[in-house]
Amino acid sequence: MMLPGTIYLLINNYLPMFGTLIAFKSVDWSKGILHSPWVGFDNFKFLFRTSDAWTITRNTLLYNALFITITPIIAVSFAILLNELRSRLAARFFQSVMFLPYFLSAVVVGYLGYSMLSTEFGFINTHVLEPLGFDAIAWYSEPKYWPYILPIVYIWKNIGYSTVIYLAAVIGIDNEYYEAALMDGASKWRQAISITLPQIRPIIIILALMAVGHILNADFGLFYQVPLDAGALYPTTNVIDTYVYRALLTLGDVGMSSAAGLYQSAVGLVLVLTVNLIVRKINKENALF
Amino acid sequence: MNTATANAPSRAEGFSKPAVKRINAISPSTNLIVTLFFIVYSCVCLLPVLLVIAASLSDENAITLHGYSLIPKVWSTSAYHYLMFDLHKILAGYGISIASTVIGSLSGMMITALYAYPLSRMDFDFRGFFSFFIFFTMVFGGGLVPTYLIYTNYFHLKDTLLALIIPGLLMNAFLVLTTRTFFQQTIHPSILESAQIDGAGEFRIFFGIVLPLSLPVMATIGLFYTLAYWNDWFNSLVYINNDNMVNLQYMMYRVMRNLQFLQSHAQSNTTVGAEEIAKMPNETVRMAMCIVGMGPIVLAYPFFQRYFVAGLTVGAVKG
Repeated sequence: MMLPGTIYLLINNYLPMFGTLIAFKSVDWSKGILHSPWVGFDNFKFLFRTSDAWTITRNTLLYNALFITITPIIAVSFAILLNELRSRLAARFFQSVMFLPYFLSAVVVGYLGYSMLSTEFGFINTHVLEPLGFDAIAWYSEPKYWPYILPIVYIWKNIGYSTVIYLAAVIGIDNEYYEAALMDGASKWRQAISITLPQIRPIIIILALMAVGHILNADFGLFYQVPLDAGALYPTTNVIDTYVYRALLTLGDVGMSSAAGLYQSAVGLVLVLTVNLIVRKINKENALF
Repeated sequence: MNTATANAPSRAEGFSKPAVKRINAISPSTNLIVTLFFIVYSCVCLLPVLLVIAASLSDENAITLHGYSLIPKVWSTSAYHYLMFDLHKILAGYGISIASTVIGSLSGMMITALYAYPLSRMDFDFRGFFSFFIFFTMVFGGGLVPTYLIYTNYFHLKDTLLALIIPGLLMNAFLVLTTRTFFQQTIHPSILESAQIDGAGEFRIFFGIVLPLSLPVMATIGLFYTLAYWNDWFNSLVYINNDNMVNLQYMMYRVMRNLQFLQSHAQSNTTVGAEEIAKMPNETVRMAMCIVGMGPIVLAYPFFQRYFVAGLTVGAVKG
C-alpha cells in the first residue's frame, strides 16, 4: 500500500536532494552530470560575489518576515471580530467573500493587479489619483512602490485562508471561560486578551513555525506574476525563487542556480530545527516534533 | 447584507448559543461598526474581480479615454468576438487543463489515501519511519534545478501531459497528514479487527470499509488537488516548450505578456486578416481572456468553499 506514495516521494523529493550535489560541480553536458568535475564551493563563491545574492536574500527575508508577522495579527483580529458578530449568517457571508481570492491563480491575480495598476488605464491612476489631482504613477517601472504593493496583494489573497483556520480555533474555545470572565466583569477587550489569545496560542505558534522554516522560500507566483516579470522592478521584487528560475531557464547557469537553491533549502532546514528547539525549551507541548 | 439582518436575533446555526453568550454579546452599535467594516473589506476583496469583468464588457475606446471603470462607459462584447477567432486554441487549453486536473486529482487522492492509511494504523511496524519519510520532505527539498534535471534528463517528461501532472503536485505531504488524522479519529480499530476476524485481507478492508467511511475527507483532499492542478501554471512554464501542449493558466500568462500569443497560429487562418489583427482591442481582449480563464473557478466557488472550510478545520497536524 505504501508503495506508490513511497516511489513518488523518492522520485519527486529524495532524488533531487541527492541532486543538490550539482551545486558542488562544474556541469559539463558532454560528460554528463555524474562525471562532471567537482569544484567544491566555487559556485557558492561565485554566487555570493554578485550583488544579486545580497538583493535576493534581503528581499526574501524582509518580505517573508513581514508576511509572518502581519498575517496572524490581521487574521486573528478578523477571526475574533467575525465570531463576535451577532448574525451568524453575516459572519458566514463575510468569511466566504474573504476566502474567494485564495481560489484565484497567481496568473489571474496578475491580471487583477494590472487592471488596478496599469499606467495608462489602471483604476488607481484614472479613478483615484487623477480625480484627486495627483499625477499618474508608472507602477510597473518604479521599484519603490512594490514593498507596499506586494504585501497588500499577499494579504488580500491569503487572509481569508488564515482567518478560517483561526476562526475554527476560536469557535472551539469552551464557553465556560467566558462565563467565568463575565462573572468577574471582564470587558470584551479583556476577554480577547486574557482568554481567546492564550487559548489559540498553540495553533498560532505551529503556523508561524512552519512559516519561519520556509522564510527563504518565497511565493513564486506572487513575486513572478504580479510584477509581470518587469525587469525595472527586480531591485524590490526579485527573490531567491525567481532568481533560481531565471538563472536556470533564461541564463542556463546550472551551477549558480543550484547553489542558490541549496543555500535556500539548507538555511530553511537549519531554521526549522532551531526554532523548533527554542519552542521546545519554552513549552514542549507547542513544538512541532 | 444590510444592518437590519445583522441586528436580528442570532439564529442557532451550526452551534446553539447559550443564554450567557447572548448577555456576553457585543452591543448593537459595536456590532454595526464591525459589520460595516466587514462590508467595506468584502468590497475591497471583490473590487478587482468586478473591475476585470466590467473591462471585458467595455468598448476599447472608452477604456483608452477613461481607463478601467467599475461600470462600462460603453457596453460592448467585441472583445469576446475577437477571442472567438482563437476558439480552437482556447478550447485546446481547456482540454489540457481539464485532462491534467482530472487525472492528477484522482491519482493524487488515491496515492494520498493509500499512504495515509497505514500511517493511521497503530499496529503498523514501520509507522515511525514512514511518517518521518514524508515529514522530512516538508522541511527540506532539492530545489528547482535538480528536480528539473531529473524530470527532463532521466524521465524525459518535457512536453508531455505527465509533466503537468507529476512534478511537485501529485502528492501533498500536508494532505497526507490531514488524511491520516481523519482515519485515526473516525475509523475505530474494532471495526478493522472484526473484518480481520472475518478473513478480509488488508486491501479488502481498505477499499471495502475504510474508503467508504472516509468520503468527507476524500472530497476535501480531492478539492485541494483539483484547485492546485487547475491553478497551476508553473509546470507549463518550466517543462513545456510546445505551445500546443500548454494549459489554460499558462495561456493566460502568455496573453498577458504578449497578446500576439493567441494569433501566432491564427496567421494561417484566413478569416483574420493582418489589418484585423492591427486593430485588435488589446486591453479588453486581455480582460476577456482573464474572464474565460477565471470563470470555472469563480462559478464553482460557492459549492466548493464549504468543503474547503471543513477540510481546513480538521485540526492541527502533529508529526
